Parts: sequence; C-alpha cells; structure tokens
Amino acid sequence: MAKKPRTKKAPAKGKASSKSQPVATPEDFVLHSLQEEHEKSPKFDASPEQLLHFYEQMLLIRRFEEKAGQLYGLGLIGGFCHLYIGQEAVAVGLQSALTEQLDSVITGYRDHGHMLAYGIDPKVIMAELTGRQAGISKGKGGSMHMFSTEHKFFGGHGIVGAQVALGGGLALAHQYNEDGGLCLAYFGDGAANQGQVYETFNMAALWNLPIVFVIENNGYAMGTAVTRSSAETEFHRRGTAFRIPGMDVNGMDVLEVRNAAEIAFKHVRDGKGPVLMELNTYRYRGHSMSDPAKYRTREEVQEKRDHHDPIDGLKKVLLESGKTEEEIKAIDKNIRKIVSEAADFAENSPEPEASELYTDVLVEEY
Amino acid sequence: MAIELKMPALSPTMEEGTLAKWLKQEGDAIEPGDIIAEIETDKATMEFEAIDEGTLAKIMVEEGTENVAVGTVIAMIAGEDEDESDVSSPAATETAADVPGEGKDVGRSDEDGSITPEKPKSQPKADPEIPHGTNMASIPVREALRDAMAEEMRRDERVFVMGEEVAQYQGAYKVTQGLLDEFGPKRVIDTPITEYGFAGIGTGAAMGGLRPIVEFMTFNFAMQAIDHIINSAAKTNYMSGGQMRCPVVFRGPNGAASRVGAQHSQNYGPWYASVPGLIVIAPYDSSDAKGLLKAAIRSEDPVVFLENELLYGKSFELPELDDHVLPIGKARIMREGSDVTIVSYSIGVGFALEAAETLAGEGIEAEVIDLRTLRPLDKQAVLDSLAKTNRLIIAEEGWPTCSIASEVQAICMEEGFDHLDAPVLRVCNEDVPLPYAANLEKLALIDASRIVEAVKKVCYKD
Ligand SMILES: Cc1ncc(C[n+]2csc(CCOP(=O)(O)OP(=O)(O)O)c2C)c(N)n1
Ligand SMILES: [Mg+2]
Repeated sequence: MAKKPRTKKAPAKGKASSKSQPVATPEDFVLHSLQEEHEKSPKFDASPEQLLHFYEQMLLIRRFEEKAGQLYGLGLIGGFCHLYIGQEAVAVGLQSALTEQLDSVITGYRDHGHMLAYGIDPKVIMAELTGRQAGISKGKGGSMHMFSTEHKFFGGHGIVGAQVALGGGLALAHQYNEDGGLCLAYFGDGAANQGQVYETFNMAALWNLPIVFVIENNGYAMGTAVTRSSAETEFHRRGTAFRIPGMDVNGMDVLEVRNAAEIAFKHVRDGKGPVLMELNTYRYRGHSMSDPAKYRTREEVQEKRDHHDPIDGLKKVLLESGKTEEEIKAIDKNIRKIVSEAADFAENSPEPEASELYTDVLVEEY
Repeated sequence: MAIELKMPALSPTMEEGTLAKWLKQEGDAIEPGDIIAEIETDKATMEFEAIDEGTLAKIMVEEGTENVAVGTVIAMIAGEDEDESDVSSPAATETAADVPGEGKDVGRSDEDGSITPEKPKSQPKADPEIPHGTNMASIPVREALRDAMAEEMRRDERVFVMGEEVAQYQGAYKVTQGLLDEFGPKRVIDTPITEYGFAGIGTGAAMGGLRPIVEFMTFNFAMQAIDHIINSAAKTNYMSGGQMRCPVVFRGPNGAASRVGAQHSQNYGPWYASVPGLIVIAPYDSSDAKGLLKAAIRSEDPVVFLENELLYGKSFELPELDDHVLPIGKARIMREGSDVTIVSYSIGVGFALEAAETLAGEGIEAEVIDLRTLRPLDKQAVLDSLAKTNRLIIAEEGWPTCSIASEVQAICMEEGFDHLDAPVLRVCNEDVPLPYAANLEKLALIDASRIVEAVKKVCYKD
C-alpha cells in the first residue's frame, strides 16, 4: 500500500534492550522532535498583511457565530447548532498554512469556522444554517453537514469520530495519486476516545499516510470534562503507541498555531508520516444551543474570555505593530456588515423547491 | 435604534418556556456575553446571553412568567448612543408569527401538528392489562422511563445504567434525571464517547451476571455499536446452546427528532426487528414506556428499547400501581373501530389516532393498533383486527423499504388474505435521507393527513 518502505523506524527493537535503557533512544526522539522545534520559537513571524488577515478571519468567525446563535434563538435555525466561539485561532492558524486546492480538510459538526477560514462566502454558509436553497448543501445538510469540494473541504460530519477514519482515506488518496497534498483531520477531545481513531492512527503510521490529526481540546465533550472521560488527558501523547509524533500547542494564539502548523506540515510533506497535534483551546458557548452548562462555572468561562481570548490577543499585537484603535474599529464595522448581509440573505432567500426532496439520493439513474 | 430581545428557542424542540429570572435590571448596561436572564425549558434551566451592547431599557415580561412563547419580545435594549427612555415598547406582547414554510421549526406543532401528533380529543381505549378502576396520573414519557429504571434499580441490585452523560449531566435528554443522586456512581456510570466499547462492556457485564441498561444518546450512535448488539448480544444464547445469557437493555431515542438532519434521524426499528435473538420494543405513551421498560429490564433476553425524543415531553395517563409491568410481545388496541385497521407503533400511533378522529368525522370508524413490541410481533392482534375490518394500513415513521410496514403487509398476505377487501397500504416517510430544510423535512415525514388519505383509498372513498 505504501509507496515506499518505511524508514523512520529502527530495525527490530529488542524488548530486553529497551527495558534496560532508561533514557530516550534516538528513535523515540522523533516523537518529541517536532514539539521541541516548535518550542524553540513558538510564534510565527507574520507579515503585517498576514496579521491583519488572521484578525479579520477570526473576527468574521466570531461575529458569524454570534449571529448564528441569534438566528437560532429566533427559530430561523433549527436542530443542533454548535458554535466555534473561542476556538477561532485553531482553524485560522492551521488552515492558513495549507496549500489551497491541494490539501484536504475534514472535521466534525462544529464546522462553521473551518469553512469561513477557507474564505467561503458567509452567505451560503448562513443560508445552509437556515435551510435555504442557496445554502452550500442546498439546505439539505444543515449546520452539521456542510461540504465544499471546490475547496477540498470534506465536511461537516455528525457522527463523533467518523471524520478521523475518513481523513485517513483522504490521505490515502493523496498518497495514491502522488499529488503531494496532505489531509488535515480535526476532531474533539471527546472524539479522541473513539476506537476508530486508534485504528486509523495505526494504519496511518503503518502506511506512512500524509495526514495531520488535530485534536481540538476545548476541555469538554458536551458536559464531560476531559478528566472525566480520558485516562490520558495529554492528548498529544496518544500517538506514541503508533510512533506518531505529537505536538502540544496553545490553540488560543493564532501565531503559535500557525507556527506549529508549519512544522507539522513540513514533516508530513517530507514523507515522514502522520503527526498528531493537540490544540488546547476553549469553547465559550454551550456545546450546542440547548446546553444548560451546569458542568462549569461562569468564572471559568470569564477567565478564558478575559485573559486568553485569541482575538483580543491578536488585537494587542496589531496595536503594538502600529495599527490604531480606529483602524481596528473599522475592520469590526466592516465585518459586522458582512455578517448582517449574510444573515439577511439567509433569512430572505427561498426554501428549497419541494422537488429537491428526491434529488441527490443517488448519482445515476437505474 | 432599540433592539428587541425575543424569547429564544434554546433547544430543537422548544416552543415555550418560563422566564425564571432577570439577572439584569432596567437601566443596567449590557455587554456582549453578559447573562441577562435565566430561562427554563422542559429540559433544563438555561442562561440567556446578550449579543448586543447597550442598556437594558425595558423589561416586557416579568420574571416568573410561564409559557412564554418563543419569539415573544421580552425586553428592549437601547443601543450605544441612545437614551433608554426613548425606547417605546412594541405593541403588546406580540408572539412571533410562525409563518409556514419560513424555515422555522419552533412552535410548528401549534399550527399544523405535524412534528408531534395532536393529542387526540377522546381518550384512547384503556389497556386491558391495567386493572379496572386504577388511579391514573398524567406523567411525561421521560419521567415514566426514569421511574421504570429507578424502580428496577431499587428492586434488583444487579441493575445499573451506563452511557454518555447519563450521570452528572442527568442525561442528554434528561431521562436519567436524579438517578446518580439516588444510586451513586457505581450504578449510574458516565462513559466516554465510545459506543462500540461500552456496548461491548455492557454486553459482557450481562454475560457476567449483571443487568445493564446501556443508554445510547440516540440510536443513530448505536451504529458504532451494532456489532455487539447483533453479533455479541443477540446470538449468545443460541450459540451456547442456552448456557450463556445476555440480559442487557439497549435504550435511547430513535427516529426523527426535529431538524437534526440525515445522520441523526433514522428509525432503526426494522433493522433490529430483523434479528433473531433480540427483543425489540417501541412504546408510544407513558404507561407502555414504563410497563415495558420494566419488563425489558427483567427479561432474560437482550432487548433493544426504542424511544422517541419528540414524545419525551408529552404527558399521558400512567396507572398508579406499585409494580406496573406489561407483557412483551402484545399489541394494544388504542381505539376500536369496524371499518378499517391502522397499525402503527411509537410516534406513528399519535398520528394514527389523530387520523382516526378526522375519519370518524367523515363516518369512517378506524381501529388503531399499537404494536408496542416489534419483535416478537403480535401477529394475532393484527390478524384479528383485519378479520374484523377487512381493510388495513400501516403507519410508520421510517422508510418504506424492508420496513415493519412491509412485514405487516407480508403477514396480511400470507395469513390474512381471505379477509382482505383491499390491498394493504404502507404510509411511511419518503424514501430519502432526512433533509434539514424545514419545508423538505415536513414533506419527508409521515403525518395524519397522509394516513387519512390512505384509509380513504382502501375504503374506496374518493
Ligand atoms: C458516535 C456519536 N456519539 C455521540 C454523539 C453525540 N455527541 C455529539 S457531539 C458530542 C461531544 C463531542 O465532544 P468533542 O469530541 O470534545 O467535540 P466538541 O463538541 O467539544 O467540539 C457528543 C457526545 C455523536 N454525534 N456521535
Ligand atoms: Mg471537546
């Protein structure tokens, strides 16, 4: 299956010898080397344009999600709606390091931010949330099931953990086609306990697949804190058994995320096999809209908002770099306008034609 | 411009709620992210967060007000450069008009009864299993299920519950509310999101002599675990020549909820009902939910117990008995009639009863049969009713192909052919993955009017 034989492992490791060696062997070093490289200088050296772009994208996600929450409250969005507020730096930092039109991305149901980070028109995303014909899935998918093959964004999956194995398949396709692309597969700290994740880790490492596994550790799976669901809460270590190097990244700082992404992607593109990144982040809102949030304190959320907010953090950097409050206010105003236009569009565009009920079930006619 | 704050919908099925508490008062400054009020839904108390910046100018709905419809203006916020005294209140407390086809799911059942069936005006026929003269109390299905588990846990030390969010969170749909408090963490176990793993652990624990109740957050996620349900649980007794039992209950909501899309909306009744070695139960009302769940827990066989999220909050009469256990494998006549039989189960029963009311108004008396157990299926009840009415349709919230409806059709063909005056018809969901858009979802799911139409067809009325 693999194009070339695996070279990263030393030949047969005797059990006895590894036991008698308390210090890390050189071959174990690779499991930490990416992290060490990242820690040497954790902040990405962004150009002024890049800084501005990151800021705009994160703010767009924030405002978009706030608006989505509002529309849900008004009954314009139905079902489940999982907001990305607080986690913006993860999608923006990672996806900005991808090669467009080449690399693929897949994630779970908390997917609005990942799509916006691609620069996909907020109008068609919001229109999907309101279930309209103009939505990116023609209104048939909804918040959890959105896709853009044009951008090589493969969804948007409602079943926790499914995207990890699917991501393995996307990576297999990259390898098979020798196109030089990689797959970025996002999943949550809760999803990280599904069995198929480890089946995929094993095959990805065994076959040297070009995949970056990204655990968005936001501290909770629905109402369950990671310490109540996971025996090993240092998720970046979870690839060790499969010899997948791990990275432990501050997901609340877009520059650190981007820096780590550069290192991880290079490793994968160099043909050295998968990387597991743990992005430590936080979701400010409930799991979905119907979450009473009794499992954490208001103070905990407030502390994150006040001291670790990725947007506030980058705003500081922008101000230090010479941008003025007025300039930043102008960005905010512009983004609010984009979002409110998206909401108007999503509210006023028509529902799907009734005949759409029967289209797209199968591709061919039989 | 003043901003109207409207009563938010805080869950897919919320139609109204109680404004429990204002955490901000008139005149208070508000920042995005501030908690303004606490709102109680049928499931939980939720915090209502501000999105806009401004001043709370006017409170329109006082705290403690119950049954505030989603969309009602509850307060006015004055924007940044605005004097709050300028804010004029909108005309009375207008409720958000729910325009059909406008993409709103909330409040929809008020207007067309399609998402959850109307409560039939006349009481369904009493269950002959319940002693005449028993006191009845009106209890939501959710509580009936909880009480069934609690009673069985008190009765039998071996019974325990496991699943995602069942303990500390009190259940994703609050079905296990209060169980952790009463029985402690040894018997009410939160699992990680690992359906395959914990279904296997539950099955193994049953093999080891315990009586596990494995809750799936919804049956959609049991697809991860279906191997253990079918290969490990269902076949054990047979393969071991009757030595090794597997008395486990797999339970959770099944079928379409509201606007949750294709991956979260499926009826697995026909899937599990096709497997020898399993008991499959799908109750409609509170009495059956409780009586049959208790029976399921006591059964020596593995049971798949299919609930319905849209029914959790509906109240029905529940007999006040010390030990309300119902027989597995028995259908129930919900309404007697002589002209036509409507067979259904789970949420479909509500639609069938609603259709029967409408039909009665047009001079057609329909008999409504609730299968309650899908495997073993009570053939005799179906055939007896067919012998009486000579016409039969099946209403099923699920796909038509290889369905319970198909099975009932087959039974009528094989064993009731001589009684048939018309072909047996299926009224099922459309044969497509469930779409998200409000209008399409409505078109895809069964409702009472489609049942009425099918009945008229088999009665050769128009
Ligand atoms: C197989 C499966 N089990 C359960 C669920 C219900 N569910 C949806 S999201 C979720 C929590 C997942 O948490 P995590 O992986 O940490 O992601 P986060 O929501 O924090 O982004 C659960 C239990 C599901 N969708 N699929
Ligand atoms: Mg999480």
